[in-house]
Amino acid sequence: MKTKTVKRNSVPAGSKPDKLWQLRLYVAGQTPKSLTAFANLKKICENHLKGRYRIEVIDLLEQPQLSKGDQIVAIPTLVRKLPVPVRKIIGDLSDTERVLVGLDLRQAA
Amino acid sequence: MKTNGHKPASMAVQLPKCPTGIQGLDEITGGGLPRGRPTLVCGGAGCGKTLFAAEFLVRGATQFDEPGVFMSFEETGAELKANVASLGFDLAGLMRRKKILLEHVHIERSEIHETGEYDLEGLFVRLNLAIDSIGAKRVVLDTLEALFAGLPNEAILRAELRRLFRWLKDKGVTAVITAERGREQLTRHGLEEYVSDCVILLDHRVNDQIATRHLRVVKYRGALHGTNEFPFLIGDKGLSVLPITSLSLNHEVSNARIATGIPRLDAMLGGKGFFRGSSILLTGTPGTGKTIISANFAQAAARRGERVLFFSFEESPHQIIRNMHSIGLRLEPLVKSGLLRFHSARPSLYGLEMHLATMFKEISAFQPRVVIIDPITSLMDSGTDSETKGMVTRLIDYLKAGQITSLFTSLTQGGHTLQQSEAAMSSLMDSWILLQDFEGNGERNRVLYVLKARGMAHSNQIREFLISNRGVDLVDAYIGASGVLTGSARAAQNSLEKAAVLAGQQEAAQLKREVERKRTALERQISGLRADYETEAVELRRIAEQVGTQTRLLSTERTELGRLRQADVSVAAGAHRKFKPKIGKL
Repeated sequence: MKTKTVKRNSVPAGSKPDKLWQLRLYVAGQTPKSLTAFANLKKICENHLKGRYRIEVIDLLEQPQLSKGDQIVAIPTLVRKLPVPVRKIIGDLSDTERVLVGLDLRQAA
Repeated sequence: MKTNGHKPASMAVQLPKCPTGIQGLDEITGGGLPRGRPTLVCGGAGCGKTLFAAEFLVRGATQFDEPGVFMSFEETGAELKANVASLGFDLAGLMRRKKILLEHVHIERSEIHETGEYDLEGLFVRLNLAIDSIGAKRVVLDTLEALFAGLPNEAILRAELRRLFRWLKDKGVTAVITAERGREQLTRHGLEEYVSDCVILLDHRVNDQIATRHLRVVKYRGALHGTNEFPFLIGDKGLSVLPITSLSLNHEVSNARIATGIPRLDAMLGGKGFFRGSSILLTGTPGTGKTIISANFAQAAARRGERVLFFSFEESPHQIIRNMHSIGLRLEPLVKSGLLRFHSARPSLYGLEMHLATMFKEISAFQPRVVIIDPITSLMDSGTDSETKGMVTRLIDYLKAGQITSLFTSLTQGGHTLQQSEAAMSSLMDSWILLQDFEGNGERNRVLYVLKARGMAHSNQIREFLISNRGVDLVDAYIGASGVLTGSARAAQNSLEKAAVLAGQQEAAQLKREVERKRTALERQISGLRADYETEAVELRRIAEQVGTQTRLLSTERTELGRLRQADVSVAAGAHRKFKPKIGKL
C-alpha cells in the first residue's frame, strides 16, 4: 500500500521517479525536536522513497556557517535540494500529510 | 519605573549609553541608546527606519569602533549597499574591513511548509555566528516583522521573539529593531511589548503639501530624554535631528567688525559695521532694497577676499547680477573669481528639511565667511512657524559655530511693521535693520533704521535710503516740526529753508538800511536844529550886544550927566543923607 502510494503520486508530480532525492535536515544540537524530526523523516522516506533518497543532517551548532546557504531561520528545517525546485519544510515533521504535500509527494487535498 | 525618567540626574549611576553618532539624536537622548539593550524604531513606510538603523551601524563602526551586524529581512545586501551609498556611507568598504557584516535573511512564505513544532534557533545561530565573526557590538534587525509574514504560527513566533530579545540582552549587544507602524499600536505586530527599554517613533507627514520628517522618543526607560517631536532630515551625510530645545549657546564670538559696503550704514553701526560671525536680519516691505543692501554686503565681503555664499529664493543668479549692475554693483567679476557663489532654488522645490540640508551641504562645501539668505521668509512658507523657527535656529547655530556672518532678509507685508514671526525670529538675530517705505506727496521713499545691534553703540536715527545708478547712499532724513520728511518733500523743505534764510538775510539788510536812514534823518534834523540854534544864537548875541552897548551908552550918558550935575549929585547925596536924621530928629 505504501509503495503503491509512492508510485501513484511521484509520477504525476512531474519529476523522474527514478531520480535520487536529496534531502537535507537542519538541526541545532540533539534536541528532542531534532530527534523527532529525524525519526519522522526517516519513516516517511522509507515509506515513500525507499531506495531513492539520501538524507544529510546538518547540525548548525557544529557548522553554523551552513545556515546561510539555505536561508535557515527555523529549526528543524527540511530542505528538498533535489529534485528541483527547492522546497522547505519546517517543524518536527510530525504532520505526515503536510510533509508529503510539502515534499510534493502528494497533492494537497 | 517610569518615574525614574523624571528624577534628577543626581542619581549617581546612569544607564550606560551607546552614542548613535546621529546628529542631534544623542543630544535628545542624553548620550545615545541604552547600551546592551534593544531599541525599537518604528514608523510608517518611507519614514527612514532602515536609514536610521544603517547610520547607527555605520557611525558605530567608523566613529566609535564598534563593529555591527545588519540583519536584513527585506532588502538584499546589494540593495542595502546602494541605498545607504546615497548617504555617503561606504558600506562595501566597511564590510571588506570586517567592520560591518550584512546578513540577508530571506523568508519566502510559498516555499515554506509548516509541519509541527519548531523554533527559530536557525536565526539565533546565524545571528550568533555573525556577531562573533566580527566581534559586533551593535546589531540591527530590519525589519523583524517580515517574520510574521513568512512564518504562519504566530504563537511560536511570539515566544521566539521574546527569547530573541532576551538573548540579545544577554549577548550584550546594542540592538536596533525596526518595525512598521501599526494602526492602533506603535507597531503592527505589537513588538513594543517585547522591547521595553527604548522606543523611538519616526513619522513622515505632510503639512500643506510639504512633507517633513519627525522623530520622537516615546519611551526611554531609566533615562531623561527630550519628549518632544523633533524634525529630522535625511541629507547626504545621513540623518540629522534638529533638537531646537537642547541647543547650547556656547559658540565663540569674535570682536572683529566687518563693513557693510555702505559707509553711512557702517557709521550708524558704531562706525565699524557688523560683528564677524553675527546674524543680521534685514526686514522690509517689497521693493525697499533688501537685496540691494545684501548685494552691497556681499560685494564688500568679496572685495575683502572673503568667500560669500548667496542663497536666493526669489531671483536667479543672473537676474540678481543684472539688477545689481543697474545700480553700479559689478558682481560678475566676483562670481568669476570664485569669491561669490549663488545658490538659487524655489522655496517650494522641496520641504524645509531638504532646504536646510542643501544649505548645510553648500556651506560646508564652499566654506564661506559670509552667508546671505534672500529672503528667509520664502522658506517660512514651506513649514509651520515652529518648524521654521527651529530651522532658522539650527542654521544660525551652525553658522555661528563656524564664525560665519549671516544676513537674512525678511519680507514683511505692507501695513504691518512687525509680524509675529519676525518678532519671534528677531530674538535669534544679533542685528536688525528695518527698511520702510514712506508714502506721501505722491511718492514712495525708502528709509532705514537700525532697530537692534547687539554689543555696539548704534544710531537711533532714521536715514533716507537712496538708490541711484551710481549705487546706494544714506542721507539724513529731514526731521523738523512737521515730522520726518523724505524724498522731494525733504528737498522741498531744504529749498524752503534756503528761501527762508535768504528772506531773512534780505530783511536784515532792509532793517539795517532803515536804521541807517533813520540815523541820517536824525542827524539831518539835528544839524537843522543846530543851524536854527546857531542862527538864533547869533541873533541873541547880537541883541545882547546891542543891549550891552545901549546900557553902556546909557551909563556913560548918566555919568556924563552926573558929571555935569556933579553938585547936584553930591547935594542930592548929602541931602539924602541929612534927610534921614532930620526925619529921625522929628
